[in-house]
Amino acid sequence: MQVARVIGDVVATRKDEALTGLKLLVVQPLDPERQPVGRALVAADAAGAGVGEEVFFVRGREAAFPFYPAEPPVDAAIVGIVDHWSTEGAVPKEGRR
Amino acid sequence: MLLAKVVGTVVATRKDPRLESQKLLVVRPVDPSGKIDGGFLVAVDTVDAGTGETVLIVSGSSARMASGMKDCPVDAAIVGIIDQIEVSD
Repeated sequence: MQVARVIGDVVATRKDEALTGLKLLVVQPLDPERQPVGRALVAADAAGAGVGEEVFFVRGREAAFPFYPAEPPVDAAIVGIVDHWSTEGAVPKEGRR
Repeated sequence: MLLAKVVGTVVATRKDPRLESQKLLVVRPVDPSGKIDGGFLVAVDTVDAGTGETVLIVSGSSARMASGMKDCPVDAAIVGIIDQIEVSD
């Protein structure tokens, strides 16, 4: 899972039927200093998140699990809203991604 | 999922039988502002998208969960046509 900030939302009228009713949010992954890292992506919301919040999300096939027994075609899903997070001391450069 | 812009089509006569009658499109990932960000990829189209449209791409094994893609050899599927992206940062 990765920590990210929700930076926007996406509206799509024409879409896979199994996506109907899902909230699609644009998330920007963050590094331990809360700086944007990597490409922003679209994630389905399984936690009731909103724009501006820090969340964590899961990638891959597992992203559909929160919606079980439905199997929507999603490869990223927000599964938690972060209340607080911290890292102890300095994070070595090679430890970042 | 990735946001991407449809930039072309692919025609292949000889292919896996499970890909027969599937529409294949060439897409380029874009950032939320619509700027091209990355290389080209081929995605199977399940929502009747067209060139120039911004679409939602699901990749990896999740692509097989798109409508009609069960057990198909695909790793990228277009599952939505984007009407609007609203970003605030």
